[in-house]
Amino acid sequence: MSWLSADRLRLVVPALSLALLLGAVFWMQPRTMSYTGLNLLFNLAVPIALATIAQMLIMTVNDLDLSMGTFVSFVACVTATFLQSDPLIGVLILIGCVATYAALGVVIYLRNLPSIVVTLGMSFVWGGLAVLLLPSPGGVAPDWIRWLMTSKPPVLPMAIVASVAIAAVAHFIVMRSAFGVVIRGVGGNERSVERAGWSVLKARAATYALAGCFAVMAGICLVGLTTSADANIALRYTLLSIAGVILGGGEFVGGRVSPIGAVIGALTLTLAGSFLSFLRIPPDWQIGAQGAILIIVLAVRLLLNRRERAERSR
Amino acid sequence: MTAVAQIFRKPWIWAFVAAFGVWLVTIMFTGGASTMGLSRAALTFAAFSIIVGLGQMFVITLGPGNIDLSIPATMTLAGTVALKVMNTDNGLIIVGIAAALAVGLVIGFVNYGLIKLLRIPPIIATLSSSFLFQSTAIWYNRGLRVKPPEILADFATGSTLGLPNVAIIAFLVSVGAWVLLEKGIFGRWVSAIGQNMRAARLAGVPVDGVRFATYVLCAVLAAMGGFLLSCFSGGAALNMGAEYLLTSIAVVIIGGTAVAGGFANVPGIWGASLFLFLVVSMLNTYGASAGLRLLLTGLIIIAVIIAASRKRVR
Repeated sequence: MSWLSADRLRLVVPALSLALLLGAVFWMQPRTMSYTGLNLLFNLAVPIALATIAQMLIMTVNDLDLSMGTFVSFVACVTATFLQSDPLIGVLILIGCVATYAALGVVIYLRNLPSIVVTLGMSFVWGGLAVLLLPSPGGVAPDWIRWLMTSKPPVLPMAIVASVAIAAVAHFIVMRSAFGVVIRGVGGNERSVERAGWSVLKARAATYALAGCFAVMAGICLVGLTTSADANIALRYTLLSIAGVILGGGEFVGGRVSPIGAVIGALTLTLAGSFLSFLRIPPDWQIGAQGAILIIVLAVRLLLNRRERAERSR
Repeated sequence: MTAVAQIFRKPWIWAFVAAFGVWLVTIMFTGGASTMGLSRAALTFAAFSIIVGLGQMFVITLGPGNIDLSIPATMTLAGTVALKVMNTDNGLIIVGIAAALAVGLVIGFVNYGLIKLLRIPPIIATLSSSFLFQSTAIWYNRGLRVKPPEILADFATGSTLGLPNVAIIAFLVSVGAWVLLEKGIFGRWVSAIGQNMRAARLAGVPVDGVRFATYVLCAVLAAMGGFLLSCFSGGAALNMGAEYLLTSIAVVIIGGTAVAGGFANVPGIWGASLFLFLVVSMLNTYGASAGLRLLLTGLIIIAVIIAASRKRVR
C-alpha cells in the first residue's frame, strides 16, 4: 500500500465528499449532467478556488488571512473601474496590492505580530478603499476577462478546466518546487529552516506576495463572471476560503496543506449551495443547511480517519 | 518613578493611552462642547463590546486556534428569543433573561460538543454552528420586530449617578471576570492550558472540563450582550451582532491579551473597547465619509498594534 501515502490519503476524503455531493445533485437534477449544466454548477467556483489557494498559502506559514473577502472585493472594484478604463493605472494598483501583501508578510514576521489581528485591521483598510472607489454597485468588466470566463473550450466546460489548471499550478508550486518545500518548512519548523541557511523573512514575504497574486486573480475572475462589482461583492470569501482549505484536508499549523484538496474543498462548498437550492429548502434554513453540510463532511472525515488508523494498527 | 514605570510595563496600558489620545483629539476639535456627551456615548457603546469581548478573551487564552466565531449569531438568537418570550410584558422580564441565558448555555454546549466529539478546529466548528444559529433566529423571528418591555428599555437606555446603566453592568461583569481570571483556580487553569496543553494535562488540570466551561461562558456572555443590545436598541435585528465578530477579537488583542493564548488581562478590554468607539466617533466628528472612516480605522488599529509590539528576539 505504498501508493497510498499520507499525502494522498489526505485527498481521499475531500474527493469522496465532492463525488457524493455531485452524485446527489445529478440524481436530483439529471439535466445538470451536461456541458452547460456542469458549467452553471461550478461557474462561481473559479474565484472561490483562487481565493482558497491564496488562503492556503498564508496558512502554510501558520498564519491566517481574515481580510481575504474584503481584499477580493477591492480587487473586483479596481477591475471593474480602473482596469477597464485605464489598464495601466489598474495594473499598477494591482501590483501595489501584491507589494502590500509582501510588506504585510515582512512586518508580521519582523515585529512578531499576530497575523489574525493585522489582517483584521487590513480588512477595514481594503473595505474602506473599496467603498471609496465604488460607493454604489457598478463598473464594467474588461472585455478580455469577460471573454475568458465565458469561453467554451471543447469537451469540458471552462469552470472545470480552470479548476484543474489552478489545482495543477498550485500543486506544482507548493508540493513540487524548491520554494514550496521552503515555505512548508517555515510552517513546520521555522528555526530549522533558518539554521539550514534559508531566509525565513524572504520566504514569508514571497508567500504573502504569491497569496496576493492568487487573491488578485480571484477578484479579476469574479468580475469576469458578474460583469460588474460592488464593495461587498466577496465578503463571504474570508470564511469560504478558510472552510475550503480545511475541507480539503489542510491544517491550521505545521505547514500541512494540500493544494488539490483546497480546490476540491472550494468546489464542494460551491456545489453545496446548488445542492440546497435543488432540495427546495425554505430560504430561512439555507444558511443553516450549509453549516450542517460542513459539519457532516467533517464528521465523515473523522470516521474515515479513525478506520484508517485502526487498520494501520492491525 | 518606579510606580509609573511599572504601570507602563503592563500590557493593557497602550490601549488606554490610545483611547485617551483619541478622546483628547476629538474634544479639542469640538472645543470641549461635547465632552460629557462623548464620554457617556463611549461608555455606553463600549459596554457591549466589553461584555462579548470578555468571553472571547477567555476562549482566545485557551491557546492557538481557539476562537469563537458564533458570537454574532448567539447575540442575535438570544436577543430574538428573549424579546419574543417577554412579548413587551413587564412581568415576564425574569423569564426573558432566563431565556437569553439558556440560549447561551445551549450554544456553548453545541459548540464544544462539535469541537470535542468531531475534533473540528474551533474556528470551523463555531463557524458552521453559527450558520445553524443564524437560521434558527431567522426562522424564529419571522421578520417581526418585538419591542422590549418598557421597564427594560428604560433601564438599558437610562443611567444611574451619571453613569450609563449598561456600563455599570459591564463593570460588574468585568469585576466577575477579573476575579475568575486572577483570583480563582479557573483562571489559572485557563492560562495553563493556553501556555501548554500537554503540560497542563500532566499537571492534573481537568483540561476538557475547563475548555467546555470556557466555551459555555463565552456563549453565555455573548447571549447577555445580545439581550442588552436588543433592549437598548428597541428590538432585535437579524444583523445586529454582525459587527461584533471583528470587534470582539480586536478588543481582546488590542487590549494586550496574547493571541497565542496563555496570558489574559481584563482592564485592556476596557481600554480597547473605548478606543475603538472613540476612533469611529472622532472620524465622524471630522466629517469623514464611510469609506475614509473604515480606511482610517484599519490604519489606526494596525499602527497601535505595531507600536505596542516588540521586535523579534533572536
